[in-house]
Amino acid sequence: MFSDEQAMLLDTAAEFCRKHSSIENVRAQLDADQIDAVTWQEITELGWLGINVPEEFGGLGLGLSCVVPVAESMGRYLMGSPYSGAITAGECLATSGSREQKEEWLPKIVSGAIGSMALTETNGNWILDEIEAQAVVRTDMLELSGTKCFVTDADAANFCIVSVNVGAEARLALVKREQIPDGNLHREIVIDETRRSYQLDLDGITVPVDQLLQGSDFQAIEFASLLLLSAEITGGLVGSIHTIVEYLNTRRAFDKIIGSYQALKHPTVKILLDLEAMRSHLYHAATVLAEGKPDDAEVALRMAKAHGSAAFAFAGDRGVQFHGGFGFTYECDAQLYLRRALWCQYQFGDEAYHRHLLEPMLLDQVG
Amino acid sequence: MTNTTEIELNEFREDVSSWFSENKPPDPGFLLPETFMEVSTDSQFEFLRDWQRKVYEAGYLGMAWPEEYGGRGMPQVFQDIATQEMASQRLPFMPNTIGLNWAGPLILKMGREEDKQKYIKNILSAEDMWCQGFSEPEAGSDLGNSQCRAVRDGDDYVINGSKIWTSLGTYAKYMILLARTSTGGANKYAGLSYFLAPMHVEGIDPKPIQKLTGEYGFCQTYFDNARIPADCLMGSEGEGWNIAMITLTFERGATGGQAGGIASMELNINDVVELSRRAMRNGKPAIEDPHIRNQLVQLITESRGNQLMAARARIPALATDWPAAVPMSGKLRGSELKRRMCQLAVSLQGANGARFVSEKAIDGGRWQRSYFNSFSGTIGGGTSEIQHNIVGERVLGLPKS
Repeated sequence: MFSDEQAMLLDTAAEFCRKHSSIENVRAQLDADQIDAVTWQEITELGWLGINVPEEFGGLGLGLSCVVPVAESMGRYLMGSPYSGAITAGECLATSGSREQKEEWLPKIVSGAIGSMALTETNGNWILDEIEAQAVVRTDMLELSGTKCFVTDADAANFCIVSVNVGAEARLALVKREQIPDGNLHREIVIDETRRSYQLDLDGITVPVDQLLQGSDFQAIEFASLLLLSAEITGGLVGSIHTIVEYLNTRRAFDKIIGSYQALKHPTVKILLDLEAMRSHLYHAATVLAEGKPDDAEVALRMAKAHGSAAFAFAGDRGVQFHGGFGFTYECDAQLYLRRALWCQYQFGDEAYHRHLLEPMLLDQVG
Repeated sequence: MTNTTEIELNEFREDVSSWFSENKPPDPGFLLPETFMEVSTDSQFEFLRDWQRKVYEAGYLGMAWPEEYGGRGMPQVFQDIATQEMASQRLPFMPNTIGLNWAGPLILKMGREEDKQKYIKNILSAEDMWCQGFSEPEAGSDLGNSQCRAVRDGDDYVINGSKIWTSLGTYAKYMILLARTSTGGANKYAGLSYFLAPMHVEGIDPKPIQKLTGEYGFCQTYFDNARIPADCLMGSEGEGWNIAMITLTFERGATGGQAGGIASMELNINDVVELSRRAMRNGKPAIEDPHIRNQLVQLITESRGNQLMAARARIPALATDWPAAVPMSGKLRGSELKRRMCQLAVSLQGANGARFVSEKAIDGGRWQRSYFNSFSGTIGGGTSEIQHNIVGERVLGLPKS
């Protein structure tokens, strides 16, 4: 699955993110009110928003798997970008949209329109089609109600895709930014401060009924989200190891460079081996997904997310501890990785959740 | 390689598969050892030796080794297929592990022409068993500190000292031996030399050691003024450390070139899952216990990650930041995973977890024995703790501990 083309993409993306997401830029973004529009424009011009969009709608048609090198590089440099949300929204439209909906929105995504997913609710459930938000059809309009959380970059987004019950069925509706009154968006305080997360109150929002997506492929949304998060986790592990190793190689305590102490060295090696396993899971998941094997893809993606959630959380946790007193300060970059790790861990299911879902798939099919 | 088509490979796979299923040896009627390190009895040894010979004569061992020395000169992929088939059909292992996987590739890589002529074919046919004399009772994982002496005397070297953990010591005809030819030099490594030493020599005495499982298989080998011919020296005096390190890259699987064939009784996570359907905990199959289910899934995930590692590491673009991490950690990952799989297998068994090798134990106590034997992987060839140091220092660039 891994072609020269993708190897080049990985190189280009890593270089791009290194340049645009230095740790100073990451810190500057923590307090910024706006997304980094200049970087977004460059991402758009590089064509990265069209990687997974079919050619007939103006994209590159390379498939979702090819987005992995970009998401991984963004994770590596802690880039806070609407990229994953936009890619997932594109994937959602490509799998659930009608021909007209695709024709209208996919070319816009390719040319930089930001999409964001509004799926999770205040109860924090991860099961995407078990929701409480409602959409009631009133002649040719949809009347929305309920509350969505963890809607990333919702203020900057050109549209959100919202999961809502229509009658007893969970469906997906596209809501344009101009259809959301400003008072319905509330910035949330979340653990990863590089994320610009919003609560979206649906009460009072009404959209034309043709903004209800034709299909409701929640699995495609989950798969895309798991793949992107796994890629981001892989990159995050790389960044976190570099941060730890650099400190272990410079800080002295009791007359020794602290990296010579096995109590610090051995867990760091564990993190490295966790990363290597994570890369294996990630690229295997991308491969089976690209080969169009949904059962294998589900196992591979859940394994990747389960392994990665635990591994990155461990790396983040040890990263803070290994920085000693400095690690306890806001100034220390180790906390940025810990915060990113916890965000990734609790979005779209943590390790316990995915392992539990893997149990019947791995243990109860004899033969 | 270039002319090998997918069709040829598939045909070959079918041929191999049917040869092995038609020729697999019958149940010997006694519990076979798990690896070459646990061969305790003559009947176990003879059974395995005969099986290796049969596989070699059928052409499924040393397939990628040069024809002029007894191999078949074929692309590696054929041997890999044959080896995979041996693993998947759960066949007994090739007992001459040290010859096939470490000494053989080493001799092919850097031995003299006469060494290749003399040793390679008999390694493959199991005519000559090989053992390894690296570790010493006082040196543990610190090979550089070897004290066993080799003193040049005319056409001989005279060996004094002892080596420990000599697997197959009583059956081996040759030993790859690391011994000190000089106590001077810039550092402790400078005085070490490497020998392809005969074992059937007066003054060499391998004494079996009983292991924590109760089995035998290892020896402590004593050298008491043993004279070996001077032309047993590999390379020149003082090159021993470098040659030993090359040997270890074969041992750790970091370098290809092994003869192929499986080196141990295949045991993987699927066996543990299968056991969990039969083993009972409080009146129900262990696989129904939520706690056990979670642990099984975790180990399956870990095991899958490990299996995928090798394939992924072959793509350079995917080994960006620390390209040596995967090849340098193979033994560490594999041995620790096996130890934990065996631990879990024992923990599935309710009160019967406390049994040991006996008729009443589940599967004859194989899992308890496997768990104890798994320490040979996490201790032998450099303990897991040393492996962590090696990876930390050589891969991550951390200072020495």
